[in-house]
Amino acid sequence: MPSDNILLDVKGLVKYFPVRKGIFRRTVAHVKAVDNVDMFIPEGETLGLVGESGCGKTTAGRTILRLIEPTAGDILFRSKKLAPPGEEAAEIDVAKVSRKELKALRREMQIIFQDPYSSLNPRMTVGAIVGEPLLVHGMAKGAEREDRVKALLAAVGLKPDHMKRYPHEFSGGQRQRIGVARALALDPQLIICDEPVSALDVSIQAQVINLLEDLQGEFGLTYLFIAHDLSVVRHISTRVAVMYLGKIAELAQTEELFTHPKHPYTEALMSAVPVPDPSWAVERILLEGDVPSPVAPPPGCYFHPRCRYAKDICKTEEPEYRNLGGLHFATCHFADTLDLQPIKSEA
Amino acid sequence: MPLIEVRGLKTYFYTEDGVVRAVDGVDYVIEQEKTLGVVGESGCGKSVTALSIMGLVQIPPGKIEAGEILFYRDGKVMDLTKFDPKGREMRSIRGNEIAMIFQEPMTSLNPVYTIGNQIMEAIILHQKLNKAKAKQKAIDMLREVGIPLPEQRVNEYPHQLSGGMRQRAMIAMALSCNPSLLIADEPTTALDVTIQAQVLELMNELRREFHAAIQFITHDLGVIAGMADDVVVMYLGRIVEGSTVGEVFHNPKHPYTQGLMNSIPSLASRKDRLEPIKGVVPDPFEVPPGCGFEPRCPHAMEICKTRMPDLKEVAPGHIAACWLYE
Repeated sequence: MPSDNILLDVKGLVKYFPVRKGIFRRTVAHVKAVDNVDMFIPEGETLGLVGESGCGKTTAGRTILRLIEPTAGDILFRSKKLAPPGEEAAEIDVAKVSRKELKALRREMQIIFQDPYSSLNPRMTVGAIVGEPLLVHGMAKGAEREDRVKALLAAVGLKPDHMKRYPHEFSGGQRQRIGVARALALDPQLIICDEPVSALDVSIQAQVINLLEDLQGEFGLTYLFIAHDLSVVRHISTRVAVMYLGKIAELAQTEELFTHPKHPYTEALMSAVPVPDPSWAVERILLEGDVPSPVAPPPGCYFHPRCRYAKDICKTEEPEYRNLGGLHFATCHFADTLDLQPIKSEA
Repeated sequence: MPLIEVRGLKTYFYTEDGVVRAVDGVDYVIEQEKTLGVVGESGCGKSVTALSIMGLVQIPPGKIEAGEILFYRDGKVMDLTKFDPKGREMRSIRGNEIAMIFQEPMTSLNPVYTIGNQIMEAIILHQKLNKAKAKQKAIDMLREVGIPLPEQRVNEYPHQLSGGMRQRAMIAMALSCNPSLLIADEPTTALDVTIQAQVLELMNELRREFHAAIQFITHDLGVIAGMADDVVVMYLGRIVEGSTVGEVFHNPKHPYTQGLMNSIPSLASRKDRLEPIKGVVPDPFEVPPGCGFEPRCPHAMEICKTRMPDLKEVAPGHIAACWLYE
């Protein structure tokens, strides 16, 4: 694994939510939302995290920020703020830091939410929303804070006089810009984008995607881009991780993943994506049934009940998440031998 | 052979804040056993058009201001706008001749009745079968749409089914009376992509089997490309372009359609940068006086600001409403 410029290195991340029952609220089972996830993001890159609803991608994102406490695992983050004096940066385990240190880390790790309607306080002006992080972290006050907010609004394509307005006066796309400005306020290194465009109309999605790309170039940001839309993920990501039932099924460089998929789930997922081209012809691989419950995942490989290549070993033995070479990771017994259908690009 | 022909349809909503011209002069034809895709973004009037056909527009505040909805059946033509939406004729058509499936299967199914009861309701009403026969028919329909163990599922409640299964149950209900037109309003938008693929495949199979025409409403250009024979693109209550699916996708004429195609990432072709459509859809209370797309259009001219272009044929079998082709 390239260790020199890795900004975020997640190792063995686990998050189980207890399922409680009865008057004593006894724990009867666990929802295995995130189940031993490894992933890494080099500085300045975008890691796309895709999967269907309930696969644990949002929980993974929030656990990395410790908005949800992880059950186990290491979340190694190269922090500048928590570096010992004299050193530029130090690797900090986000999972183990104290609350005080966590607050300092928040300046370096931010999040943009999916729903631009519920993630902005309707009683606060845009100026107060975007300026609040500055206030909380004591970074700017009074006129200085106002100037900084104006600069942030300009950076996301809004006007300075929008400061005095309330969220309901804005369209969905503009609200998402406000969310982006708030995330940028503390000059973070890493932004977790949790489905940032899925609530937006198609003509507006492109505006926000381009904005995120521009800001990445301008501020050297690193993104964890969580989405269910493979087309968007392919467009924006440097690397892509495919998640299924709380585990990473496959992780590779974007083009490598789409042209040389190694996991049968990746293959099926790609073939199911509707392509806006009536002459597009791929063999559509229809997966049988639904995603199993994360409370009682199937034994062996989690994907085997829906996998068309499943053999006996898949029913009993859980495959290992392993590097197939060239930083292409997959969790499949037959990743080396399967010949899976790629996506061909025209341009 | 046309099955349904919409002519000059205008559906307005009279709200406290003003008049919303949700559908503002729409014409299209759906041929028998064909699928018409209706594409557009939120607020373009695609759903209201469908509700107008079904006679499900809430009156007031809504009102069908003008236009005809001609429905061809057994060599006869009837104008659905002339019927009382709550009257006998419309009730015998709705759910029977024309059925609809909605986006959110959880909110469009009644949570306190079993799946079977809800399917049986339409069968008993329209086909005059007794309860036992209707139940058998409901089980057959559930099997038809690929629901495993239909004898058990028929007695279950909507919350006991997954999202994909609920949408299958909706489709079973819609097809139970063998309609000649099925209106599908974003039927797969709430579903995951692998489940969406299953449901779309099912719809394609069933349309061949039941010989139904489909009006398929969606904002997803990818879904339309795979499902429709013909496509109309809507913007601000009007149709701005229409043709066969191949023409619209490979040779889009209207700047709005072109803008949509350029703004979406696709698995089929990698773009370095997306080209968004600038600006946003205008406020429905402040619709521009000329072409609705003029404020966002890269080719806007003087005339676009003042006069609305008419739909005209810009290539064989290909219509568009744009001054560029005058």
